[in-house]
Amino acid sequence: MRAETPFVALDRVSLTYGGEGGGTLAVEGLDLAISRGEFAAVVGPSGCGKSTLMKLVTGLAPASAGSVAVGGQRVAGPLKIVGMAFQNPTLLPWRTTLDNVLLPLEIVEPHRAAFRRERARHVERARALLATVGLAGFEGKYPWQLSGGMQQRASLCRALIHEPELLMLDEPFAALDAFTREELWGVLQDLWLVRRFTCILVTHDLREAVYLADTVHVMSARPGRIIATRAIDLPRPRTLEGSFEPHFVDLVHGLRDRIAAARAEA
Amino acid sequence: MSTILRAEGVTRVLPGPQPVTLVRDIDFALSPGEFVAVTGPSGSGKSSLLYLLGLLDRPTEGRISIEGRDTAAMSENELAATRLARLGFVFQFHFLLPEFTTLDNLLIPMRRLGRWDEAEREDRARALLASLGMDEAAGKLPEQLSGGMRQRAAIARALANDPALLLADEPTGNLDTRNARTVFDIFERLVADEHRSVIVVTHDQEQAARAPRQVRLVDGRIVHDSARD
Ligand SMILES: Nc1ncnc2c1ncn2[C@@H]1O[C@H](COP(=O)(O)OP(=O)(O)OP(=O)(O)O)[C@@H](O)[C@H]1O
Ligand SMILES: Nc1ncnc2c1ncn2[C@@H]1O[C@H](COP(=O)(O)OP(=O)(O)OP(=O)(O)O)[C@@H](O)[C@H]1O
Ligand SMILES: [Mg+2]
Ligand SMILES: [Mg+2]
Repeated sequence: MRAETPFVALDRVSLTYGGEGGGTLAVEGLDLAISRGEFAAVVGPSGCGKSTLMKLVTGLAPASAGSVAVGGQRVAGPLKIVGMAFQNPTLLPWRTTLDNVLLPLEIVEPHRAAFRRERARHVERARALLATVGLAGFEGKYPWQLSGGMQQRASLCRALIHEPELLMLDEPFAALDAFTREELWGVLQDLWLVRRFTCILVTHDLREAVYLADTVHVMSARPGRIIATRAIDLPRPRTLEGSFEPHFVDLVHGLRDRIAAARAEA
Repeated sequence: MSTILRAEGVTRVLPGPQPVTLVRDIDFALSPGEFVAVTGPSGSGKSSLLYLLGLLDRPTEGRISIEGRDTAAMSENELAATRLARLGFVFQFHFLLPEFTTLDNLLIPMRRLGRWDEAEREDRARALLASLGMDEAAGKLPEQLSGGMRQRAAIARALANDPALLLADEPTGNLDTRNARTVFDIFERLVADEHRSVIVVTHDQEQAARAPRQVRLVDGRIVHDSARD
């Protein structure tokens, strides 16, 4: 009997880009509930509104109708309790890896006020975090001196350094080769198992969704809404070997069929 | 002092089992108020050169000095402080932080520098945005700006700490012709009115031609420098 309110709650949300009339209706009737500490994945056809969903939850775009709430508060502007990582390059080229990871502490309250005073402590934390993702020794390198996979590891560290309650990942591994991508599933799972932040991952890769998530939400073609939600009942920690076992493969196929149906309905 | 940046016999080799030479034998001196376009084939070392001249990378041979100081003698912290106070960077991607307004994005490097108090910083940032025709962007998130405006906001951020030199790597690579022109209009003004120096790496021949000084790289070497030849 859990009457607990979800940590992330979207209630009949729609968003139209470009105003009324000539605008694009990106999502409509979008309902979504994610519990505190849950790892959720969102999958769906290209252009269905997955990134829009991320912008709605983080407050980067206001809903045209319906309500978006995080931590029981209605979202009315950019949230400060989130960490974000995207497919785009976002590490600043003129800062070292370490300085990039420290960036949120330098600019997000309540850390900002004390940052200068507590810098040494934060540097230690950043180094420790970089070490957990295999980047010990690369603190002084610039992003363009790192491989794509290393850059995304550093991006994860930056997204997590201020210990956000919510981590938002929009196709963070899409630009990487398959091996690096699968390696980073393990890295992300390890971080989550230790810290248990609430996570929303948008991905095109159904194996990635099943490997990482507690729950996978399938979106319809645009205007996007959630048309299916699948609980992933696989034990953790999950492994790459496990991803070839029948139950894992069945889950992936089930999702693929659902998305194929969604595209056909469009 | 008439030279802001000087490279003498600069070579940069990436070590490894098969060492890669990024740039070689670079001699280059830049005066205040100079506007330089760097062009060359893909892989010719333009970005590598920009990182070196931007004090983000160190030569394996030769020396680079900024405002008369030899960078070899400077620690990483000193280099970072020099970059923060004297250099501004613009890339193809804007690198604005999505969760912060344009104004806040401009305030980040200013706070780090700590030269002005918060009220002065905000005044400066707003004036800077206004000078680039972006008054109304201050309170907006990068997401809410057009591509051209995002890049202008990135330029405003690069100018936030009043740099002597702006370094840009393919700053118009994501822009249409009209917005590309606007970016180069801004560069021209920074040079003519504010006596700053600009080094811009670009594939855009039309815009590159607007720079009074032309440098061409092939295979990591400067094969043409209009200031010399
Ligand atoms: N800033 C914007 N202005 C106008 N239309 C937009 C904007 N952002 C997205 N759209 C449109 O809204 C719809 C949903 O876009 P969104 O980026 O959310 O899709 P997506 O599911 O993330 O796509 P992809 O899988 O390709 O990343 C698309 O039709 C897109 O063209
Ligand atoms: N980290 C690296 N490891 C190996 N080779 C590298 C590395 N960085 C650059 N190179 C090589 O050095 C050469 C110069 O690269 P650089 O990026 O400076 O060229 P560029 O002129 O900027 O090219 P483009 O116009 O494509 O941006 C290229 O041959 C590139 O492949
Ligand atoms: Mg998307
Ligand atoms: Mg380049």
